[in-house]
Amino acid sequence: MTIQGWILILAFTGILLALAKPMGLWLFALYEGRRTPVHAVFAPVERGFYRLSGIDPAAEQGWRRYAVHMLVFNIALALCTYALLRLQNVLPGNPQAFRAVAPPLAFNTAISFTANTNWQSYAGESTMSNLSQMLALTLHNFLSAATGIALAFALFRGFARRSAGTIGNFWADVTRITLYLLLPLSIALAVFYMASGVPQTLAGSIDAATLEGGRQTIALGPVASQEAIKLLGTNGGGFFNANSAHPFENPTALTNFVQMVSILVIGLGLAFAFGKAVGNTRQGWAILAAMTILFLAGTGLTYWAEAAGNPILHQLGVPGGNMEGKEVRFGIAASALYAVVTTAASCGAVNAMHDSFTALGGLVPLFNMQLGEVVIGGVGAGIYGFLLFAILAVFVAGLMVGRTPEYVGKKIEAREVKLAVLAIAILPLIILSFTALASVTAAGLAGPLNKGPHGFSEILYAFTSAVANNGSAFAGLSANTPFYNGLLGIAMWIGRFFIIVPMLAIAGSLAAKTYTPAGAGSFPTTGGLWIGLLVGIILILGGLTFLPSLALGPIADHLAMIHGQLS
Amino acid sequence: MTRATTKSLFTADLLLPAVGGAFRKLHPRALIRNPVMFVTACVASLLLVLLVAGSDTLAIGFKLQLVLWLWLAVLFGTFAEALAEGRGKAQAASLRATKAELTARRIRNGGSEQVAASQLRAADVVLVGTGELIPADGEVIEGIASVNEAAITGESAPVIREAGGDRSAVTAGTRVISDEIKVRITVDPGQGFLDRMIALVEGAERQKTPNEIALTILLVGLTIIFLIAVATVPAFATYAGGTIPVAVLAALLITLIPTTIAALLSAIGIAGMDRLVRFNVLAKSGRAVEAAGDIDVLLLDKTGTITIGDRQAAEFRTVSGIGSEELAETALLASLADETPEGRSIVLLARERFGIARNRLPDGAEVIPFTAQTRLSGVRIGDTLIQKGAVDSVLKANPAAAQSAAATELRRITVEIARAGGTPLAVAKDGRLLGAILLKDVVKAGIRERFGALRAMGIRTVMITGDNPLTAAAIAAEAGVDDFLAQATPEDKLALIRTEQQEGRLVAMCGDGTNDAPALAQADVGVAMNTGTQAAREAGNMVDLDSDPTKLIEVVGLGKQLLMTRGALTTFSVANDVAKYFAIIPAMFVTLYPGLGLFNVMGLATPESAILSAIIFNALIIPLLVPLALKGVAYTPMGAGPLLARNLALYGLGGLVAPFAGIKIIDLAVNGLGLA
Repeated sequence: MTIQGWILILAFTGILLALAKPMGLWLFALYEGRRTPVHAVFAPVERGFYRLSGIDPAAEQGWRRYAVHMLVFNIALALCTYALLRLQNVLPGNPQAFRAVAPPLAFNTAISFTANTNWQSYAGESTMSNLSQMLALTLHNFLSAATGIALAFALFRGFARRSAGTIGNFWADVTRITLYLLLPLSIALAVFYMASGVPQTLAGSIDAATLEGGRQTIALGPVASQEAIKLLGTNGGGFFNANSAHPFENPTALTNFVQMVSILVIGLGLAFAFGKAVGNTRQGWAILAAMTILFLAGTGLTYWAEAAGNPILHQLGVPGGNMEGKEVRFGIAASALYAVVTTAASCGAVNAMHDSFTALGGLVPLFNMQLGEVVIGGVGAGIYGFLLFAILAVFVAGLMVGRTPEYVGKKIEAREVKLAVLAIAILPLIILSFTALASVTAAGLAGPLNKGPHGFSEILYAFTSAVANNGSAFAGLSANTPFYNGLLGIAMWIGRFFIIVPMLAIAGSLAAKTYTPAGAGSFPTTGGLWIGLLVGIILILGGLTFLPSLALGPIADHLAMIHGQLS
Repeated sequence: MTRATTKSLFTADLLLPAVGGAFRKLHPRALIRNPVMFVTACVASLLLVLLVAGSDTLAIGFKLQLVLWLWLAVLFGTFAEALAEGRGKAQAASLRATKAELTARRIRNGGSEQVAASQLRAADVVLVGTGELIPADGEVIEGIASVNEAAITGESAPVIREAGGDRSAVTAGTRVISDEIKVRITVDPGQGFLDRMIALVEGAERQKTPNEIALTILLVGLTIIFLIAVATVPAFATYAGGTIPVAVLAALLITLIPTTIAALLSAIGIAGMDRLVRFNVLAKSGRAVEAAGDIDVLLLDKTGTITIGDRQAAEFRTVSGIGSEELAETALLASLADETPEGRSIVLLARERFGIARNRLPDGAEVIPFTAQTRLSGVRIGDTLIQKGAVDSVLKANPAAAQSAAATELRRITVEIARAGGTPLAVAKDGRLLGAILLKDVVKAGIRERFGALRAMGIRTVMITGDNPLTAAAIAAEAGVDDFLAQATPEDKLALIRTEQQEGRLVAMCGDGTNDAPALAQADVGVAMNTGTQAAREAGNMVDLDSDPTKLIEVVGLGKQLLMTRGALTTFSVANDVAKYFAIIPAMFVTLYPGLGLFNVMGLATPESAILSAIIFNALIIPLLVPLALKGVAYTPMGAGPLLARNLALYGLGGLVAPFAGIKIIDLAVNGLGLA
C-alpha cells in the first residue's frame, strides 16, 4: 500500500461526503415535487408527457397501486426489449449487420437491463446493434435507475407521512427523476467524457491497419452518452465487453475518478434526502456514517490484499502487488477502490477483472453484494435495502430498552418485521439455492473456467451479482449458455422485484401509522451507538448466512494461496 | 423493584411438576406454537430415524449423543414454559377451591332462596351476611359491611364496602365479616373477576401479545434463512469433492437457528404476567403489560399519590393586631372536637408552637359540626362563637367582617398561602377575623426522586388535581412533576388523554371512581383501584388489588423489563452464532480444505468433539438462562441511550464472547470423559 493510494481513497471518500448534502437537497426537492433550476428547460417536456399519456401527476397512489403500476411498467419494458433484441437484424441502426440475439440471451439481457443489473452474457461491441445499445439498453439505464429512486421516495413517504393512505405517484416520480436529475447530469457527464476522449458517433466500427501490417477492427459507437448514465444510474452495462477497463470507456485517471464518484453520489444523496424527508437530517447522517464505515473497511481490506499480492509469485521472484487483470494506467489502489465502489453500489461496472483479484480482494466485492448492496448501494435500492436492515435493527434494539420499537417516529410491529424479513431472506434464498444447483449439475459445472474453490467462487459470484442486481462478473464464468442465461435471468428478476413488493408494502403500512414523537425513552437513532448497532446487524443478519459458502470459495482459495498451493 | 418474592423459583414442589409438564408439552400440537422448537424437534426425530436407517461413517455413540442433546434442548424449552406456568397453577388451584364452595341467598319475589353461585346471572340481587362469602362480583345496593378480601389481595385487614359512592364494588370469594349487605350481581357466570384471575394466573388462554408475535416472525425468518444456508451446504461440499453427514448438518442448523430465545420466549411472557400478579396487579391482557413499557405520559392524581392526602396544619398567619398565640388558641378550641386528620394536626401545631396544654373543651361547650351547606365548623363556649372553615365561607357567615380591613388582609394571606401550595382555613371569633391556618399538602417522601427516575426513563408525569392553579403549581414544583392539570373535572382528564394520544403519546392513569371510567377506558394503560367501583374496574385494563396509585410507576418498569428480557435474550441468541460457526465450520470442512482448520480458533480437539461441544452448549445455555428469563433482566430506570449501551455490552458482546469460552470448556470435558 502506498501513501498516494490512501490519499486517493480518503480524498475520494471526502469528496463524496461533501457531495452528499447538495445531491441530497436536489433529490429532496424532487421528492417534494418542488421546482429545480432545470425545470426551466424540461418542465414543458414533463407537461407534454402527461398530456400525451393522460397521467395526472397529482393523483396519489396507495402502495398496491404504486406497486402494480411499477410492475406493469417494468414488465412492458422487459417485453419490448426482448422483442427489440430478437428483431435487431431487421431493424435500422445496425451498421455492422449483427444477427438477431438468441432467445436465451435476449431473455437474460431484457431482464438484466430492466432490473438495473446490466449483467452482460455477451460482448456488446460484437453482439448489439447501435439501435439496441441506444434504445433498449441506454433507455433502460435511465428508467431502471429512475424506478429505483422512485421506490426509495415511496418508502421515504411511508416514514414521513402520518395516517396516510398513499405513497406518491409512480409515474410522476419516474418522470421527474429522469427529467430533472438523470438527464441533465448525464448530458453534463457525457460532454465531459467526450472531452476526455470517449467516442460518441453513430458510425460503425472502423478497420485499421496495424503497424505490423495486420488489420484490426476498432469498435466505435455512441459510447460517451451510454457511459454517463451507466455509472450515474448504477447500471454498469458497458458498451464494450471490457467495460470501464476499456480505454474508450474510461480513458484517464480523471475519468476513472469521476466514474467512481458518479456511481455513489446519488446513493449517498438519497441517505441525506431520507433525513430531510423524516425531518431530521441527523437520521440521514447516521445512515451515511454506517455506510461509510462499511465502505472504508471493505476498501481497506481489498486494497491491502491486492497490494500484498500473491506469495506464490513472490517466491518465483515477482515482487509487488497483484497487477493481474488491472490496467496499468489505474494501478492497484484505483482498481481496488473501483471494485469496492461498484459492488457497494449495485453498479457492476468494472475497471479491472475481479476474477484476477487475490482471493480476499475478490471476497470483499462478493460480500458487499451478499449484504444486499446496502453499503451506500445502488440508486434507490441501496437506501431501501438499508432501511430494511434498520427496521430489524430497531426492532431488536427497541426491545432492549423496554419499548415496543419505533424508527423515526413510526412503530415497528409484526407486519413490518414480517415484510422486512421476507425481503431480506430472498437474497440468501436465491443466491445459495441457485449456486447449489449450478455446483452439482453438469450444465452448471460447464461454466467456471477454474476448478477448485476459485471455480466455486466464480459460480457464487455470478448468482450473487445477479440476485443483488449488480451485474459485475467474476470474469472466469462462461455464462452465455441456456442454463446460465435462464437461471441468472430468473435470479435477477426475483432479486429485484421480490424485494421491492414487500418493501412497498412496508411503505404503505408505515404511511398509515400515526407519528410517535421521540422522547428520552426511545433510544436515539442518530448517535455512535446506533451506527455501531446498524453495522453489527448488517454484518450478522446479512453476512452470517453466507459464511459456509465463503469458506468453501474465496476463503479456502486464500488459505491455499498462503500455503503456497495453486488451487 | 418488585417486592421480595416470597417463594423461590426453584423449589421441589415447583420443579417436579414442571418436569412432567415438559414432557406433556412435547405434543406436536403444543410444540407447533413455537416454530423454532418445532423445527428442532423435527430434526431430532429425523436423526433418531437415521440412527437406525442412515449410513455414514460417524460413530453410533456420537450420533446417539447428538440426538440426545437435541431432544434435551427441546425439553429444556418446554420445561422452562412449564416452570413458568407452575406457580400460577398452584395459585389457580386455591382460587378454584374458593370458587367451588360459593353459594348464594338470592332475593326473588320478596323471599330469598339458597342457590349455587354458578346459577347467578347479572342483575340478580343477593343477600350476604356476616361470615358469608360474596358469591359473585357485584355492587352493594344496600347496607354497609366490612369485607375481608384476603382471598384476592392477600391483605387480611378488612375494608369497608358500602352502597353508593366509590366503594361499592365487591368481589366473588371475599368474606363479609360484619353486618349484612344487599348486592346486585353485575356479571354472568364465568365472566367474573375470580374467573379472570384463574385464567390469568394459569396462563391457559394465554394469547401471544403483538410484540411476541413480531418477535416470533423474526425468529422464524432467521430459521428459514439458516435453513437455506445449511440445506445448500451438501451441494457445495459435493462440488469440493466430499460429503457432509446429515447428523453434522443437523448440528449446524440447530446451533444456528435461534433456539435459545425461542425456547424461553413463552416462559418470559408468562413470568412477566406472573411478576405483575405477585405484585398484586391484575392485567387483563398481555398487551396491556407491553403497553405499560411504552408509556410516555403518566397521569397521577395528586391526593393519595403525590401527597399523603391528609392536609396538615403548618403555620398560623394572623391579620394585623392579632397575636399568633390568640389565633393558635382559638384554632385549637375550634379543632378539639374535630377528629379529622386536619383537625388533629391543628391541635398538634398549637401545642408544639405555643405549648397550649388544653386537650378538652370546657364543660357546656357546644360543638358546631361541619355541614356541606355552611362549610364551617366551630364551637360555642358560653357567649363566645368560634368559627373555622374555608375563607369564603367564613366571610360569608360574617358579612360585617367581610367589609373590614382585616378581610382585605385575609384575602392577601389567602393568595400567599395558595401560592405556596397550601390551603388556608380562616378562623373567626365572635365575628372578628383572626387570621388563617396554613394547611399544607404533604408531598410523600421520596416521590420527587421517583419522578426523576421516570423522567430519566423518558416518561412525563402530569399531576391531576381539583386545586386551584396557584396551589397546584406550588405542589407540582415541590413534587417535581413535569406538568399539572388544575381544577380538573373528569371531562378535562379525558380531554387531556385524548390530546396526548393524538400527538402520538401513550398515556397511563389510575382511578377508582365511576366518573374515572371513561378516562380509564381511553387511556392506553388504565389501572383501576380494587377499592373502586365496578365501573372503574371494568373500564381499566389492569386492576391494582392493593389500591395503591403509586404502583403505576412500578407497572411501567415491569412492562419495560418484560420487553427488555426478550430483547436481551434475542441479541444473546443471535450473537452466539458467531462462535458456533467457528466451532462447526472448520470441523465440517477441514476434510475438504485442510487450510480451513485455521478457523478452529478455540483449539477444539477433534471435529466430532467440536460439533458435540457446540450442540451441548446450545442445549445447556437454555436452563442456564431460565432464571434470567423468569426473573427478568435487571432494570434500573435510565435513559434509552445508556440503557441500550449497557444491554448491548452485556448481552450483545457477552453473547459474542461467552460461547467461545463455554464451547471450549465443554470440549475439554467431552474429551476428558472420552465422549467423542
